[in-house]
Amino acid sequence: MGKLLDILAKKQVLVSDGAWGTFLYQRGLEAGDCPELWNDTHRSDVLAIARSYVEAGADLILTNSFGGSPIKLSHYGLADRAEELNRKAAEISREAAGSDCLVAGSIGPTGEMLMMGNVSEQQVFDGFLLQAQALKAGGADALVVETMSAIDEAALAVKAALSTGLDVACTFTFDRTVDNNFKTMMGVSVESMVEAMASAGAHIIGSNCGNGFDQMIEIVTRIRATGTRLPVLIHANAGLPDIRDGQTIFPESPESMAGKVDALLAAGADIIGGCCGTTPEHIRLIAQAVRQRA
Amino acid sequence: MSELMDKICLCIERGKVDKKAPYPPDMMNQDGADEYAREAIKAGESPDNILAACNTAMERIGDKFSRNEVFVPELLMAARAMNGVMEHLKPFFQAGNIKTKGTFVLGTVAGDLHDIGKNLVSMVVEGNGWKVVDLGVDVKTDKFLKAIEEHPGCAVGLSALLTTTMANMAATVKRIKELHADTVVIVGGAPLSHKAAKEMGADGYAANPQETVRILNSLVG
Repeated sequence: MGKLLDILAKKQVLVSDGAWGTFLYQRGLEAGDCPELWNDTHRSDVLAIARSYVEAGADLILTNSFGGSPIKLSHYGLADRAEELNRKAAEISREAAGSDCLVAGSIGPTGEMLMMGNVSEQQVFDGFLLQAQALKAGGADALVVETMSAIDEAALAVKAALSTGLDVACTFTFDRTVDNNFKTMMGVSVESMVEAMASAGAHIIGSNCGNGFDQMIEIVTRIRATGTRLPVLIHANAGLPDIRDGQTIFPESPESMAGKVDALLAAGADIIGGCCGTTPEHIRLIAQAVRQRA
Repeated sequence: MSELMDKICLCIERGKVDKKAPYPPDMMNQDGADEYAREAIKAGESPDNILAACNTAMERIGDKFSRNEVFVPELLMAARAMNGVMEHLKPFFQAGNIKTKGTFVLGTVAGDLHDIGKNLVSMVVEGNGWKVVDLGVDVKTDKFLKAIEEHPGCAVGLSALLTTTMANMAATVKRIKELHADTVVIVGGAPLSHKAAKEMGADGYAANPQETVRILNSLVG
């Protein structure tokens, strides 16, 4: 059992961090740039983002390595720098986290569907393994496989992540269906996600991205209804974005999200944080709400 | 519809590409869309009828997708089976024996490298009888504008997966509308909504490929 599971076993609720991508664009990342390359070229900007979440009161921060699989990096001609960019991602978050905050290495999807046959299972696994090992080498305490939609790819990522010996979380992204269920774009239900990820050996399961805390409360309720006792991690968007005067605006304010913390914890979440559109202020108020409750 | 057309239609709807395809498991070792299309052409079936079978099949699977009865994998396999049939029809398109409904220029906006959704839309729209000009991913505004000039009267589709690239989409829509007010622009992708589409000044929001087809067909009504 690693540090993260250790804390969770003491029945503590943990606060995670908020958006990275949204933040990187604010700091000047241009459309079409590789976000992970910034771990090398804009180290101080990435460090500032990580620090802002530690200062906001997060117990756990992620790393700027969501698109760090060699398959994804190959779109930018950077596949051969995967080890370096992932290691640096973890080093940056480690530096920001200090000794009181945990670092969870982010591993996102490859963007390839295994069923299409463009990439082999071995290729996908090898890429995730390289990424997971580099994140560990850079100082990650745990790994978070996130924004998954297909069972096969998620299971390969979890397997690769587990082989490092670190604690492993895996979160899927669900949309509401017309009959009021939740499915990923590949058709995976909440219930099949729980079953598949538990049997893949994930230590922590959950959901990220999507449409705000309201939807997440329903998703957590469904996860708990399966009877699983695995800790649940939720990283929610600040609602569904809108465009105003050419700018992307997220509807959920820090206050509005913090106001839903109680309901989310009551539903059975153990680690909560933000995804797209959430800011350090969101995390600060969420952390406040969690601590007031405890 | 003749029996052969029914079979083509069913194979596309079920995503049965050809005889050797392992998917779907219950149709293992049976002829697929490819074999039936070849047989139909050999038997002298009119290309228009074969295309109509494709349209029907893609409409059925597209509707199921809209109703969340099937998901990306099923739609993708159907589109693959349809593409196989379209290969057989290519010579007829090239000879001008089949008329397309119009041209649809499509691309994922600047800064966004995601192509799964865009490709699905491309295949479904093509299967419905439109000429699709796929500009790929990370398409800058200028590239869209150039394509609009090269294909007068075309409709344009913009895709974005990332919340961070929605602003680029808005900028591209704005520029297209400034220079080509009459060009119909449809937007889609995970972070989009009717509201966001309207704010951007797009003519339509398509939540799924079949809705893109519906909007496009309403233009040529």
